[in-house]
Amino acid sequence: MASSSKLNAKIPEGTLENKWTKYRSTVHLVNPANKRSLEIIVVGSGLAGSSAAASLAEMGYKVKVFCFQDSPRRAHSIAAQGGVNAAKNYQNDGDSVYRLFYDTIKGGDYRAREANVHRLAEVSGSIIDQCVAQGVPFAREYGGTLSNRSFGGTQVQRTFYAAGQTGQQLLLGAYSALQRQVGMGAVQMLARHEMMDVVNIDGKCRGIIARDLITGKLERHFAHAVLLCTGGYGNVFYLSTNAMGCNVTAAWKAHKKGAFFGNPCYTQIHPTCIPVSGDHQSKLTLMSESLRNDGRIWVPKKPNDTRKANEIPEEERDYYLERRYPAFGNLVPRDVASRAAKERCDAGYGVGTSKMAVYLDFAANTERYGKIQVNKLGLHNVSKEEVIRLGKEVVKEKYGNLFDMYKQITGEDPYELPMRIYPAVHYTMGGLWVDYNLMTTVEGLYALGEANFSDHGANRLGASALMQGLADGYFVIPYTIGDYLSEEIRTKSIPTDHEAFVKAEAEVQERITKLLAIKGTKSVDNFHKRLGKIMWDKCGMARNAQGLQEAITDIQNLKKEFWSDVRVPGTANEFNPELEKAHRVADFIELGELMCIDALTRNESCGGHFREEYQTPDGEALRDDDNYAYVAAWQYIADSNFELHKEELKYENIKLAQRNYA
Amino acid sequence: MSGHGNMNLTLKVWKQKNKDTKGKFETYQAKGISPDMSFLEMFDVVNEQLISGNQEPIAFDHDCREGICGACSMYINGRPHGPKGGVTTCQLHMRSFKDGDTIVVEPWRSAAFPVIKDLAVDRSSFDRIISAGGFVSVNTGNSKDANNILINKDDADEAFNAAACIGCGACVAACKNSSAMLFVSAKVSQLALLPQGQIERYDRVLNMVKQMDEEGFGNCTNTGACEAECPKSISLENIARLNREYSAAKLMQDKVN
Repeated sequence: MASSSKLNAKIPEGTLENKWTKYRSTVHLVNPANKRSLEIIVVGSGLAGSSAAASLAEMGYKVKVFCFQDSPRRAHSIAAQGGVNAAKNYQNDGDSVYRLFYDTIKGGDYRAREANVHRLAEVSGSIIDQCVAQGVPFAREYGGTLSNRSFGGTQVQRTFYAAGQTGQQLLLGAYSALQRQVGMGAVQMLARHEMMDVVNIDGKCRGIIARDLITGKLERHFAHAVLLCTGGYGNVFYLSTNAMGCNVTAAWKAHKKGAFFGNPCYTQIHPTCIPVSGDHQSKLTLMSESLRNDGRIWVPKKPNDTRKANEIPEEERDYYLERRYPAFGNLVPRDVASRAAKERCDAGYGVGTSKMAVYLDFAANTERYGKIQVNKLGLHNVSKEEVIRLGKEVVKEKYGNLFDMYKQITGEDPYELPMRIYPAVHYTMGGLWVDYNLMTTVEGLYALGEANFSDHGANRLGASALMQGLADGYFVIPYTIGDYLSEEIRTKSIPTDHEAFVKAEAEVQERITKLLAIKGTKSVDNFHKRLGKIMWDKCGMARNAQGLQEAITDIQNLKKEFWSDVRVPGTANEFNPELEKAHRVADFIELGELMCIDALTRNESCGGHFREEYQTPDGEALRDDDNYAYVAAWQYIADSNFELHKEELKYENIKLAQRNYA
Repeated sequence: MSGHGNMNLTLKVWKQKNKDTKGKFETYQAKGISPDMSFLEMFDVVNEQLISGNQEPIAFDHDCREGICGACSMYINGRPHGPKGGVTTCQLHMRSFKDGDTIVVEPWRSAAFPVIKDLAVDRSSFDRIISAGGFVSVNTGNSKDANNILINKDDADEAFNAAACIGCGACVAACKNSSAMLFVSAKVSQLALLPQGQIERYDRVLNMVKQMDEEGFGNCTNTGACEAECPKSISLENIARLNREYSAAKLMQDKVN
C-alpha cells in the first residue's frame, strides 16, 4: 500500500531515537524581532490550548485565545481525574522512553504513527518537570519525592497524579501560565467567544470568524497561523463523560474548509463509568481508571443473580478480567475491559436494576491497606472492623473525591457497597489529520491535543490524554510552528475587510438566520438525543456492516428533519445558549455520518473499533494488517460525500502482533 | 412541564434580559421531576417545555456537570449551590427536595459579578486577579528534574487542598460583603506553601489583593459564610494565611522603601 499523494506526514529521516532531536536542531527558526509581528490564534483553552498559547507568547509571538466558556479555566481538561503518564522511571521498575512508546503503540492496537508516539514519550518527562516548576501540587511520598500509580495497559508505575483531580491541577497550572501572559499583554483572551469558521486565503489559513456569545456579534480575526485545540467529539453520542459544551464545530468547520479528518470511527468507550439511570440523564460520569489499581471487577457466576453484592460468597463471584487476562488482570486497556463488561452483561450476568452494570469492589484492598496501617502504627490485637476502618481512611485519601461523587449521583455509599459501573463514551482518538508538525492538510492550520488524530491509534491508554495535550502545547508546537512561520515573516497582517473574511462571515450569518427561521416543533436536544441513540446503538462498542448502513440512512433522515423542524428560540443578537447548541448539533449530525462511513469502510477490528464480523474465537479484536494498516484521512467533497485518502503506517521498530494481555 | 418522575415543584427564577435591564422573578411549574435528576437536569426539563410552549428558556451557566469546572452558579433558596454542603449545583440532586416545594433561584449577587442574562453572571474579575499574580513566573523549558524539588508531604497536601478551588464564586455570593478573600487566599496559600512560590511570594500577595480591591469586591469581616458554602470546602485558614502573607509583604515593602 502506498500513501495518498495528498498526505505528506513529513516524518524526519533518521533512526527513531534521533528523529526529534535532529529535527529540533535543524528546524527553521524565527528571530525574536520577527516573532513580535507574527500573529497566532489559539482556539480552545484546555491543556493543549493553554499550554500552547502561554509558551508561544513567552517566545514573543502575538497570541489571541478563544474559548466558549466564561473562563479559560473551565475547559474540559479540568475534569480529567486519574493522572498523567511520564517515562521518568522514578519507581525503578524498568520504565523507559522506549517502553512508554511501545506500550502506547501496542495499547493503540498498532494504528498510531511510530515517530509521533516516540516523540511523545521523549518529551513526557519534561511535562512533569514543567508542571512541578509551576507549582502543580502532585501527590508525594513522605520523603518528599513524587508519587506514582498504575494505569491500564502497562506493567510499570508511571502515572503522576493529584488525588482524583489531576486534570484540574494541570489545567490550572497551564491556565496560570496563560493568565500571566494575558496580564503582560502578550495574549489577548476572548472568553465567551465561539469559533464559527476558519478563513483561508490563497490556500493558507489566515484567521477565523468568531461569535461573541454575549452580544451575538460576529467578529473577524486575522492570524498568520491558527491552532485548533478544541478537544474531542464524544458528545456526538449525546451521553458521554464530556462536558455539555464539548463540541466538534471548530474541527468540523476546518474539515469542510479542506482539513482531512483522520480515523473518525476510533472512539474510546471507558469501562468504569456510573451507569445510565434514566432518560432524564444529561451526561455520564467517569470513575477514574486509577480505581482499577485497587478495585476488583466482578459479576456473579450465576446469571440473573438477584442477591445483593455482599450476600454473594467469594466462590460465586467471577472476577472475569483476572480470569481472562491473568498477566494484566484488572489493568487491561480500556477497550478490552469495556468489551469484557459488555460481554458479561449481554450474556445475562449484569447487576443492578438495569442489569447493565458490573461491580467494582474495593473490599479486598481496603482490608489490605488497613493491615498495612496497623503495622505502620505498631498496633496489636486489632479487630477486623478497626482494620477496615483504617483501610477506609487510606482509600479516602487516594480516591475521596471520586467516592463522594459516586455517592452524590447514585445515593449509594461505595465505602460499604461495591460500585456499579458500565462503559461510557469518553474520548475520541480520531480527529483532524496532522503531519509531524501538527499541521492539518490546510497550510497554517494546526490541530493539537484531542482535536488531532495522531498519537493514540485505535485506543488510548489511561493517563495519556493529559500527556499528549501538554506535550503538543508545551514542547512540540513551539518548535514545529517555526517551520511554517519562518516562511511567513514577510506576510503583513491581512485587513479583515478582505473578501475572504467578508464571504466567510456572510456564510455564518446566513446559517444563523436559517436556523432561527425554521421555527419548527422540536428542540435541539431532541435531535441531539436521537443522534446519540443512533450512534450508540449502531456505531458504539460493537458495530456491524448492516447496522452501520442503517445508521447512515437514519442520520441522513435526521439531518433533513433537523433542518426543517428544529425550533431555536430567541434572536441572533443576544446571549442565546439554544442557538449555540443548534450550531453544534448540526455539525455533530454531519460528523456522525462520516464516523459510520469510516467504521463501515474499515473491515477489521482494532482497539475501540470493534466490528462484530472480525473477531478471534475468544472475542478479541481481529486486525487485518495487510489491508488496513493505514490512517483513514477523509476529505470533504460535498454534503454526505467524502473521499478516502490513506496514509500507510510503517512499523520499522515494532513488530506488528496480535495484542496479548493474557 | 413534565419529566418522568413524581415530584412537582414551583420555581421562582430570576429573569433578567441583560446587565443594563432590570430583572424580576418569574414563576414556573416543574412537574414530573425524578429525585434522581440533578438540579440542572430539572432545569433542562423546564427549558424543554418552555421551548415547546414558545416561551423563552432560562439562561444559566453550566458545563462539566460533575462538580469540577466551576461554571454552574445558582443561588438556591438563599444559599449558593443550594441546601446541601460540599456540592456544586450540578451535583445537587432533586432527592434533596420534597414534592410540592417552592424553590427560589437567583444568580450570584455581587457588584463584581454583573448579570449577563438570567442566572449567568460575568466572573472575569477572577481571571484578572489570577493575571495579577496567581502564578509562578517560569517559562516553558526552564525546569530542572521534578524530583530535585523535594516537598514535605503535609505541605504538598495542604497546597493541594487550597488548589482544589474551582473558581465558581460561591464564596463571593455567600458573603454579605461580597468579599473574594477565600478565592484569593486559596491561590496565595497554594503557592506560599510550596518552595516554587517563594521567589515571588510578597509581590504575588500584594498584586492579587490590589486587583481584588480594584474589581469591587468587599472586605472580609470573618463571618465564615464563604467556608460554609464552598462546594470544595476550602478552609478559612487560607484567609488567615493570606492576612499573614499580606502583613509580611507590607513589612518587607516598607523596609525596601
